[in-house]
Amino acid sequence: MKISRYLLLAGLVFLYFPLLVLVIYSFNESRLVTIWTEFSVKWYLELLEDRQLMDAFFLSLQIACSTAFMSVLLGTIAAYVLVKFGRFPGQTLFSSMIIAPLVMPEVITGLSLLLLFVGLGNWLGWPASRGAMTIWIAHVTFSVAFVTIVITSRLREMDSSLEEAAMDLGATPLKVFFVITLPLISPALISGWLLAFTLSLDDLVIASFVSGPGSSTLPMVIYSSVRLGVSPKINALATIFVGLILVGSFVFWWSMQRWARYSAAKTPGQQ
Amino acid sequence: MKGVFAHKFWVIAWPYIWMLVFFALPFGFILKISLAESMIAMPPYSDIWSWSDGHFTWLGSLDNYRFLLEDDLYYLAYFNSLRLAAVSTVLCLFVAYPMAYGISRMEEPYRSLFLLLVILPSWTSFLIRIYAWIGLLKTNGLVNHLFMSVGLIDEPLTMLHSDFAIYLGIVYGYLPFMILPIYANLMKLDYSLIEAGYDLGARPWKVFLTIILPLSMSGVVAGCFLVFIPAVGEFIIPELLGGPDTLMIGKVLWQEFFVNRDWPVASAIAVVMLTFLIIPIYFYRRLEMKQLGVGE
Repeated sequence: MKISRYLLLAGLVFLYFPLLVLVIYSFNESRLVTIWTEFSVKWYLELLEDRQLMDAFFLSLQIACSTAFMSVLLGTIAAYVLVKFGRFPGQTLFSSMIIAPLVMPEVITGLSLLLLFVGLGNWLGWPASRGAMTIWIAHVTFSVAFVTIVITSRLREMDSSLEEAAMDLGATPLKVFFVITLPLISPALISGWLLAFTLSLDDLVIASFVSGPGSSTLPMVIYSSVRLGVSPKINALATIFVGLILVGSFVFWWSMQRWARYSAAKTPGQQ
Repeated sequence: MKGVFAHKFWVIAWPYIWMLVFFALPFGFILKISLAESMIAMPPYSDIWSWSDGHFTWLGSLDNYRFLLEDDLYYLAYFNSLRLAAVSTVLCLFVAYPMAYGISRMEEPYRSLFLLLVILPSWTSFLIRIYAWIGLLKTNGLVNHLFMSVGLIDEPLTMLHSDFAIYLGIVYGYLPFMILPIYANLMKLDYSLIEAGYDLGARPWKVFLTIILPLSMSGVVAGCFLVFIPAVGEFIIPELLGGPDTLMIGKVLWQEFFVNRDWPVASAIAVVMLTFLIIPIYFYRRLEMKQLGVGE
């Protein structure tokens, strides 16, 4: 069906057109976003001088990095449990808790976590205050679901005969996991890490609920500016975002292609 | 055998305890606070029980739920959210299916390149992508400028702050979540079945309706859940693109919490929303476990 090709192209135009307009108008001298006056990079310079924005950016970066590491750690264990352990008591509850955050509306997750933190704070004295730590916990909680899905599908596709061979040769389960399983699923670990990183960097709603005074993440600062109307400074910020993601992803895609060709050449007969 | 079980227990315990404490337990808190009363204090709600001199007194009430029933606003907001989310999900499906099909029929390396192109925008900020539409849809925005200079319309159209803008926002924001599961299903499809259909003289539409669509149905259903459930509670899209008339429950909850500072009513709204969504979430989980091939 040829028509699906054209519809695919139309869909991609739909996806990229708003971003393209955003990028073009970030170089507009005028404050009015719809009227083009002349080329200028002044909004980029103003961006760098905005202390609040830069602080929020570094806070978000910190939270996103630590979220990604913790999510990959918990997600790898959860995926391994789901794929390799078979049935165990409480499995239905376990899989529900792993899958449900994928679709749970953010306002519910955010509010419920805030109430948990406030309740525990009153009861146990922990967490004493809300800030980067509570945002990190909240982000890990919803990112684990996405990471687990990515790693689970990789574990399912994986050829388990290598693990069995190592086991037959007398390796302990722990050794098999670290020497055989982990290297084999490493591409999934990397994509899981990146996914959790972008999810954390992107979150506005949950962070707004669980953050405390003085800990505004980047989306929170963007939101407070965006709700006052369109601002060319936000366009400049968006352009940097889109540019980094585009370049990063194409480098990633290109190296994956190279890697696939390389490993295909190395192991003839397979693939 | 006991040793092996103890091993497993310690492996399972890590993610299990984390999710139990930070995902399941909070629902208990939300339920508890929804029975409390709002008051000016920190935290801004009353206790639902008291314990003094070994005497237990129940103080909770269903007043917040009664309040939700009495005010039209909440009823309208729930209804609107379900309607807007359902219509957008169907629209999203119509946009996503041909795209997923188009990608699945490509050859490598183009297939993975186009898949990447579809996913890429969702790695940039959701907030910024929705924001991008404000400048396009405004009364003096780019789309109106374009249409008027071409002579398609004489008067600028009101597109921002309307149902239309919300449909557009949800379809735009959630498109990859619809495309990916459908694509994954189409990739598993045995192409020889389609060829057999053609060989036996079926027309392309008949092949699509009787072979391709039924075989990719689980992807379609998974995609619909992935769009519909979060869209019901969506906040950013109705906040930025919706108008005062296009109430959605996520935005109402946000306002109760951040503007009115009424935590108990916000909790009651969340509990009611969850009871609407618990059935779709249950079915989605079953489907996802099946797709992952994780036996139960």
